[in-house]
Amino acid sequence: MAVKVRIPTPLQRLTQGKEEVEGKSGTVINLINDLETRYPGIAERISEGGKVRRFVNIYVNEEDIRFLQAEQTQVKDGDEVSIVPAIAGGGITVER
Amino acid sequence: MNQLIIPKHIYDEMIAHCRAGYPDEACGILAGSGNEITKIYRMANSESSPVSYMMDPSEQAAVNRDLRANSLAMISIFHSHPSSAAYPSQKDRELALWDGEPAHGDAVYVIVSLCEEQPVAKAFSIKSEEIRAIEIAVKQTPAD
Repeated sequence: MAVKVRIPTPLQRLTQGKEEVEGKSGTVINLINDLETRYPGIAERISEGGKVRRFVNIYVNEEDIRFLQAEQTQVKDGDEVSIVPAIAGGGITVER
Repeated sequence: MNQLIIPKHIYDEMIAHCRAGYPDEACGILAGSGNEITKIYRMANSESSPVSYMMDPSEQAAVNRDLRANSLAMISIFHSHPSSAAYPSQKDRELALWDGEPAHGDAVYVIVSLCEEQPVAKAFSIKSEEIRAIEIAVKQTPAD
């Protein structure tokens, strides 16, 4: 049993259309980097310099990792990780 | 979608939420099915800013659970522009897309401008660099 990782629709073209893929237990950032080995391009869309991008929400078992240990949050087999685009906008320009 | 149907009491609640957040931007979700809204979620702007918003991530997760439990879809995302027109800003357009794809599926963006005496709400589809206006139909219902 692995970590279940739910992929948001805009990134599913990197996972061959898969909505859910298997991830490796360990920290969230290691899980993202491990996904990159199988789904090239996915890590840079989610994170930058070891940090999750500002307008990307990551939930472990539906809990926002900002309220856990952020990128260092531990995930184990059987956990569910969801990657969800933040709902955001406004008057100034930023990168996701 | 060419038209977004919003019951009057929900439309009024959306405007009231935007006014209550002034001078900061306010935000929320309109849910329902097809192009008809049946439920509003007033969301917290975690940025507490007059020029930007980001829905509180924990609230966003809770709304997603509620939508699933009630078989509702997120039809629209609304936010206010306290001091600019009811039209998507560059940031609105950038964050509506992720890697060139719609970040939030078919959701229509409603922007409520508060810079005139009377609030102005307009709806847009942002699925690419191109922005398409969507008509808002405010419908009287028995609840109004």
